[in-house]
Parts: sequence; structure tokens; C-alpha cells
Amino acid sequence: MNQPASAYFLEERHDPNETHTLSVLVANEPGVLARVIGLFSGRGYNIESLTVSETESQKHVSRITIVTTGTPMVIQQIKHQLDRMIPVFHVVDMTLTGRSIERELAMVKVRGGGDNRVEALRLADAFRARVIDATTESFVFEITGNSQKISQFIDLMRPLGLVEVSRTGVAAIGRGPEGM
Amino acid sequence: MSESKSRDLREDPNQMTGAAMIVRALADHGVKHVFGYPGGAVLPIYDEIFQQSEVEHILVRHEQGAGHAAEGYARSTGKPGVVLVTSGPGATNMVTPLTDALMDSIPLVCITGQVPTHLIGNDAFQECDTVGITRPSTKHNWLVRNVNDLAKVLHEAFYVATSGRPGPVVVDVPKDVQFATGTYHPPRKSDVHVSYQPRVKGDAVQIRKAVSLLASAKRPVIYSGGGVINSGTDASKLLRELVDVTGFPITSTLMGLGAYPASGPNWLGMLGMHGTYEANMAMHDCDVMLCVGARFDDRITGRTDAFSPGSKKIHIDIDPSSINKNIRVDVPIIGDAGNVLGDILQVFKAEAKKPDIKTWWQQIATWKARNSLAYKKNNDVILPQFAIQRLFEAVRGRDAYITTEVGQHQMWAAQFFGFEQPHHWMTSGGLGTMGYGLPAAIGVQVAHRDSLVIDIAGDASVQMTMQEMSTAVQYELPIKIFILNNQYMGMVRQWQQLLHGNRLSHSYTEAMPDFVKLAQAYGGVGLQVTKPADLDGAIKEMISVKKPVLFDCRVAALENCFPMIPSGKAHNEMLLPAEANDEATAAAFAGGKALV
Repeated sequence: MNQPASAYFLEERHDPNETHTLSVLVANEPGVLARVIGLFSGRGYNIESLTVSETESQKHVSRITIVTTGTPMVIQQIKHQLDRMIPVFHVVDMTLTGRSIERELAMVKVRGGGDNRVEALRLADAFRARVIDATTESFVFEITGNSQKISQFIDLMRPLGLVEVSRTGVAAIGRGPEGM
Repeated sequence: MSESKSRDLREDPNQMTGAAMIVRALADHGVKHVFGYPGGAVLPIYDEIFQQSEVEHILVRHEQGAGHAAEGYARSTGKPGVVLVTSGPGATNMVTPLTDALMDSIPLVCITGQVPTHLIGNDAFQECDTVGITRPSTKHNWLVRNVNDLAKVLHEAFYVATSGRPGPVVVDVPKDVQFATGTYHPPRKSDVHVSYQPRVKGDAVQIRKAVSLLASAKRPVIYSGGGVINSGTDASKLLRELVDVTGFPITSTLMGLGAYPASGPNWLGMLGMHGTYEANMAMHDCDVMLCVGARFDDRITGRTDAFSPGSKKIHIDIDPSSINKNIRVDVPIIGDAGNVLGDILQVFKAEAKKPDIKTWWQQIATWKARNSLAYKKNNDVILPQFAIQRLFEAVRGRDAYITTEVGQHQMWAAQFFGFEQPHHWMTSGGLGTMGYGLPAAIGVQVAHRDSLVIDIAGDASVQMTMQEMSTAVQYELPIKIFILNNQYMGMVRQWQQLLHGNRLSHSYTEAMPDFVKLAQAYGGVGLQVTKPADLDGAIKEMISVKKPVLFDCRVAALENCFPMIPSGKAHNEMLLPAEANDEATAAAFAGGKALV
């Protein structure tokens, strides 16, 4: 391996990247989201999607769902790095448990008339998207599902007059009776 | 305030101002010394400090000095170091020592003043986003907006700094919170942290796996690190016992020196980039590696894909994120180094026998015979290695504490000074902070008034925090600053010679202060020595002086630090001093096949 003169060993790893969804329970204290995001940016990890909201208000617990990509070693590092943060209660790799449901909500604005408008409505029906706002020349659809389904719907809307999209990012929960 | 209410205030001893709570909490946590520097946003706390005698405040000359002094204090005592600085520049000047303490797992509690809460976010005078700036430099930090949260946060701060893998924490206290009156409560044993409870005890199944690997080893090596030191003196005792019981060779990282005595029969010397040949070869060729409280840092491993290719690796660490970060290991054990070592010893003694590793020791003896720390003697100029050897001989048998700056002198100190005890060696390992050693020596001397404290320094590093000589003089701290003066940033120059075609870009200090006069100007003592024959006498004088000393030891200007693992190379490709002539060095470092 050739490398330029350097104090560091410059290694290139070629392990394939994986995508994982992590659920992180954190104490809902000021700055906690900044800590999590800072960890990702500071250590060069990827964030594909991030959602956060308080889920247990009496206990001041928030749940953060992060979709990230990396080599298996990096994914393991991310989990350990998250877990050792002081306000983090618990980290669960939903992808590893293999028994999780992932959903995302999107609002999709489409503008147009004539056949395009009819086609958009028809596709929305097929995707079980609801119309939540309408004018004579536009619709806003609300669609829920996994990220793939939403991306597919958005792609289909593009030639029909797609104006803009707002997506929530992924929320995930495990199947079965047990909590995380 | 009504009369009855003010009477309540007087009668309830736990009602006090935020400023009083801070000083009270320090006393409750057994803090004897605080390193700090006053300023507008901490004046109420300084007013409280003035009116009590339980906690002694050491006034530094720059906040960075306070941080490193607290680090030296912490590392030499095993207790947390405490720092008090003001908002804005006070806090930003602390960023370097905080990051340094984070990298080297040193427990620090840093209290920063902040502008009053109503001014936060207003770009007020001496305002900065302290918790934002120090978030990646600390284990955790807090901004306290309510005086009634202050006691809880302060106790939590000490808990977080000292438990699990130790580290620095910051508590940012706005000035109005310092003035406000609230309810204090002392630290309670029953307080359990809701989300941070690091695992101390190792998994029994993993420990058994480890023991069976150790018992069947043919070519074992123990690789210990700063985690053993941090775990406390018991961990070092257990490590020594494990070495005796197993008969295994042991090496250590820069941060782990002293856990096993350098005079011990199984000691291989330090490993890594400037470690000994025998230590690195043993790491490379071993079949079982027991890593205790170390983290496979890039200065240790060399190229990771060629790191100890044939070994089963056991890794004991209290921080799960250290496991499998750089090197994949076979038996990870999450837990406190001392605790896990105790369990391993117990199982090993009950169920295993000392494996026969005679041939392995023979192999090690042939590596040792290469004498990788050799250097050419010189009667005309002082060689830096020789200077450290003479210093070591002069203080041998004394309770000496050594701090260093960063660079060649640091590596020579690690190579040539034999450390017999834990907590006696303070150096900036992870961050590599030039300017660490002088203030760290101050912190050590504050904790150990009657001990000999020596900063083995370089002429460039020491000028980064030279102003703390004034602190040493003020508090009558007789620290010895042993400067290996070659007028270069030696390690920078070495790398420029090896890697950048000998273009010595800005690594030579053309205007060097007269260190003897400088020492005198500060009120200390300056000594200078230029001839090898005068060295012993001068060292003796340095030790006998009961004042801070700047010792200007003029050494060979162009000496380089060997052995060395060149960049992009593995442990078994070290460049030894005997081979480090110009041609071999050029071949090892310049492009072409040598870097393959």
C-alpha cells in the first residue's frame, strides 16, 4: 500500500455499508439533541433520518429514531458511543432485532389540472394517501408508510406536478408485547 | 422579605446562595484545592472562597494552566481535579485542558461563570456558549438555570467525572444563579443516577474464556494502559500479581507506565511508535494478547491490518465504545480494570497452571539483545537520552513525580526514566498538548508538597505555559523544570527530516530566551549546563534547591528519537537506532517500495 508521508496510518476500509435504524431513549433535558447530533458530526457518522419527540412526559423521556449507514464496525461504534452518553438510557438496534415496524409520514403538494389531476388522485388512492388540502389547481396528500413506499409515491407525483414535500423521517417500534 | 421569612433563612443551614452552595459542595466532596482565575462572572464564588478556609484556591496566570494543574493534581492523587474560571475567555481558555483530560480519561470538575440568565444569547460582555463549545470536550456538561438545581447538578458532576471511564465535566453557572438563594442538600449515597451506571464487574463467562486462553498460551503478552492507573492502586497490585502468577511478559502504553515496575523481571518497556523493539515484536508475534485498560490507539498499533495478525485478543475496558473501535478483539470484557483483573486472577489461580513459555522468553531475549534504545555516547555534547538517564539515576529511590511536555523529550522520558509506581508519571498522551508539563507539575506539587516534582520539558513546549513559573513562585512550589534545550521543536524537526525532505520549516527557534535570567526574573532559580561532565553536579544542585528551578540543559541539537515505527508500517518493521543511518532512514520513509 502506498501512502503519502504522514504521521498517521492512512487505511482505506472497504467493508460494505449497512443501513440501521436505532431507537434511543434519552432524558429530555436541554441540549440532548445537540449532543446526539454533535456525536454524529464530530465522529463523521452519517444521519440518513432523525426524528425526535418526548414520549413519556412524566418521566421526561424522549425517543430519538436515527437511521444511519456505516460498516458493521462503525455501526457498533455508533451504538456504544450513544450508549455511553450521560443522558442516554437505552439504545436498541431495530434493524438487528429484525422485529420492528418503521413508518414515515409525508405531506406531498401537487399542482396541475386535467388528466394529471385525475391521475394524481387515482395514484393517491392506490397508495392510501389522503387529501388533506385541496384547491381547484392543487392537492396536498398525506401519506404514511415505510420510506421506500413514500419515495415511490413522490417519484410518481413528479411528472404530475410535484411542488414540494415535507417528510417526518422514520419512527420505529418493535413488534410484539414487549417494550424496548 | 418578611421578618419571619428572613428568620427562616437564618435558621435553615441549607438555605444559601448559589455561590455558597458551590464552595459547600466542593468541601462536601473532600476537595482541598481549586485551581482558578477570577473574573466578572465568578466574583460571587470568589467572595465565598475568601470567607472560608476549607478549600484552598491556587491562582494561576492563565486558565489553561489551571486546567493542566488540575490534571496533574488528579493524575497524581486519583482524586478529581477542580477548576474555577470565569465566563467567555475564561471558559474558552479551558477548552485545551478539558479536551486533554477527555482524551486521557482524567477526572476534572470545571466550574465556569456565565453571564446572568437574562443576558444569555445576547452577545453580552464576556459571554460565550460554554456548554456548546465544551460539549465535545467534556464527558458531560450542564448549564444551571435554577439555583435549586445547583446542588443536584454539582453532586452529579462529581459522580460523572469520577465514575466509569473518568473524564472532565463542566458546570456553567450564570451570575444571577450564584447570587440567588436556594436549598442545598449534601451528597447522598442513596442518589442513583437515572441514566448513567457504568458496568464495573466483568462477565463471568467472558472471564473464564479469557483464563482458558491465557492458560493455553504459548506466546502471550500483557499490554496495559492508563485504565489500570485510573482504576486505582489496587489494580496495579493485581496486575503485578497476575504477571507473577502467569509469568507473562508485559508492555505498556505511554499512559500506563508505572502500573508494572520498570525494574520488574517481566517488563518489556513501552510499546508503540517509539516503544522498544522487544515490546513491539512481542505484540506482533504473540498468540494471546491481554489488553487491560488501553484502547489500541493509532500510536500503538501501527498499520491496523498488520497488527498482531496471529493472536487471540482479550480486551478489558470499562468503556464499551473502546471495544472493537480500531482492532477487532476475540474476548471483550466490559468492566473496571482492577475488578476484572481480580476475577481473572482468582479463576486462574483456582483452575489454571503457569504455562510453559520458556521458548517465548528466549525469543524475547534475542529481540532485547538488539538493544533498541542504544545511542552513541558523546563526551563533548550532552545527549538528551544521557541527560534523562543521569536524571533518573540522581532521583532513583526517591518519591519523584515526573511530568512532561510533548515531543522528543517526552518519548525519551518514557524510554529512559524507569517508573516504579503508578500515579507518578503525568503526560499528555491522547491530545499531545505542548505546555502541559509545567502547570501539571504545579498541580502535582500542590498535592504532594514534600515530594520531588520534575517536569521533563522541551524548550519549545515549555514556553507555551511559561507564565505559570509565577504561580510556582507565589505558592512556594519547588518544581524542577528540566529543559532539554536543542533550540528546535525536535519532534517536528525529526518528522520534517524523515518525511518532508529535510525542509525545516519553522521548527527552529531563532530567538531563545535566556532561561537562567528568565527563572531569576520570576523569582526562581536558573541553572545552565552545556558539558556532559557538569551534568551530575548540576542535577544535584537542582534537586537541593528549595525553589522552582528552570534547568537549561543544552543538548545535541539534531538528535532524533528512535526506535520508531515508520508511518504505514507494522510492529515488526521498526527502524532501530543502529540502522537509522541516513540511507536506511531515507529508504524507510521516502516514497517507493519502502512504503509498500
